[in-house]
Amino acid sequence: MDHYKFRVVKNHLVQFLVYLALFLALVPLFSILYEVVVRGFSTISIEFFIKPTPTVGEVGGGVANAIQGTLITIGLASLIGVPIGLMSGIFLSEYGESKLSVVVRFLHDVLMGIPSIVIGVFAYALITLSIGFSVIAAAFALSVIMIPIVTRTTEEALKLVPMSIREAAIALGIPRWKATVTVVFSGAKKAIVTGLLLSIARIAGESAPVLVTMGFWRWWFAGFDRPVANLALDIFIFAMSPFKNWLTLAWGSALVLILLVLGISVAARVLTKGRY
Amino acid sequence: MKISQKVFPFFCNLNIKFILQLNHFKGDDIFKLVSALVASSIFLLLGLMVYELVKGSWLSIQTFGLNFIVGTKWDPAVSKVFGALPLILGTLVTSAIALLIGIPISLGVGLALSEYMPKKFGLAVSFLVELLAAVPSVIYGLWGIFVLIPFLRNHVYPYLQTAFGFIPIFSGPIYGGGVLTGGIVLAIMIIPTVSAVMRDLFLTVPNSQREAMIALGATKWETTKTVISYARSGVIGAIILGLARAVGETMAITMVIGNKFQVWPSSLFDAWYTMAAIIANELLEATYDLYISALINVGLVLLFVALIINILARLIVWRTLRFTRGIARE
Repeated sequence: MDHYKFRVVKNHLVQFLVYLALFLALVPLFSILYEVVVRGFSTISIEFFIKPTPTVGEVGGGVANAIQGTLITIGLASLIGVPIGLMSGIFLSEYGESKLSVVVRFLHDVLMGIPSIVIGVFAYALITLSIGFSVIAAAFALSVIMIPIVTRTTEEALKLVPMSIREAAIALGIPRWKATVTVVFSGAKKAIVTGLLLSIARIAGESAPVLVTMGFWRWWFAGFDRPVANLALDIFIFAMSPFKNWLTLAWGSALVLILLVLGISVAARVLTKGRY
Repeated sequence: MKISQKVFPFFCNLNIKFILQLNHFKGDDIFKLVSALVASSIFLLLGLMVYELVKGSWLSIQTFGLNFIVGTKWDPAVSKVFGALPLILGTLVTSAIALLIGIPISLGVGLALSEYMPKKFGLAVSFLVELLAAVPSVIYGLWGIFVLIPFLRNHVYPYLQTAFGFIPIFSGPIYGGGVLTGGIVLAIMIIPTVSAVMRDLFLTVPNSQREAMIALGATKWETTKTVISYARSGVIGAIILGLARAVGETMAITMVIGNKFQVWPSSLFDAWYTMAAIIANELLEATYDLYISALINVGLVLLFVALIINILARLIVWRTLRFTRGIARE
């Protein structure tokens, strides 16, 4: 084989390997989607959405309490995380580069890389150890996960708004903060909402920090100083349990969770279609 | 100056400070201050995190000191001695397996999306890869238990054992879950993140590099090699970013690794434990202060491992992206 042929063969071989890698990476995605949809769909009924977690040995039951609990936890976490994230994003984008902004941006990136279980342990040490397992502790942990995501996406979104729009607004004589809150924000509305949606999708699927801060709860919401049920955590508990009814509920919960999370992600990407 | 004074005599006689005051709103100062304060709360948050973790693990640090990191015994029931070395090894080994499997595939995916596929098609597939990154960890775990483990146990591991059984790490009983399964699940979970970063890196390589190689008569692969070497430090950063994700992964690994505390597994098919997994499994069941403190101490070790890996990765990726983007603009 001469040198030229060798190069051509090598070229084709690499091309084959590259597509093989792509195939190998996508197989798990299709397998997960297929299994979750097929196994989950058979468990889903009206009862599944209106009844709380069954006790051991009980037939039927649903995850209604987990859906309620997940919404409450996400709501509380957003209540803390969204305002802080938005304000931090405004600071990073609107007030120029300074030593403070460089450090703050770097620290948000660092926070984004801290494992969620460590954030869970932090919330456990800070809140759970003093007031007990509660939805407050879980919401705090999730808001800490949320803050860097909201901050960085808000910053990127605001930076995409052309400078001329800010200048036009200020030239009309309104204060700068009002220009930011009304004109600049409405220009970046879609991208900011995308960031918020992505951060909500992320915390909806988090189970490790929820596990260590509030534990497993089979009942309905019973006050903010008590735990609530959580969809992602339920999947873990059900999957590790030996009870057949809980195992089938695990797949149903997985279908609901994956529809929620992927639905939010797809919606977020559709909102910013032009950018991707 | 003089001309303007002739044209606008009225304007120039005004006190310049007065004009500035007209445009100055008190709300602006307050708003800027508030946003700066809120943004600076990150200092408080990270400081509080380190403080709380150190305070929580103080009892364990006082009792065991450095022995906590090099100790190999974890006995909450009888002797109440805690040593985390096996957990640290378990975390590092499973992450290393994840990188060994995940990096070649991620590199392939990154190249396919940026170099090999037609642009429109590449965007659509990138979208699928990003979806994979959004799937919650616990669903990977569920899929791992009920789909991946039976598949590996029945269709992969027996053949692996007949082929390589003479090597000690491939011998021993096959349970399905274990070190190798954990590594594979972690690999599947880091591939979307790492390949997305790699794709972005390859896309920032200026076209002049590719054109120069093609003009020299290079094949597609030879051209691509130049692209990879141009972005190499960023590729290293992407790999470290993947390592960071693997090290901190909790739920999926807890569900497939078998959760067995031992210094070193007898083979790749044996069960083991990781730092994140032991926190998830035992923190709720810890009954006395020293036990809780030891688990928080594991969290503190994990925090430092993750911090070092992350800061390293971000510095490398950030430097390359800035460097290559600067050149691409020229």
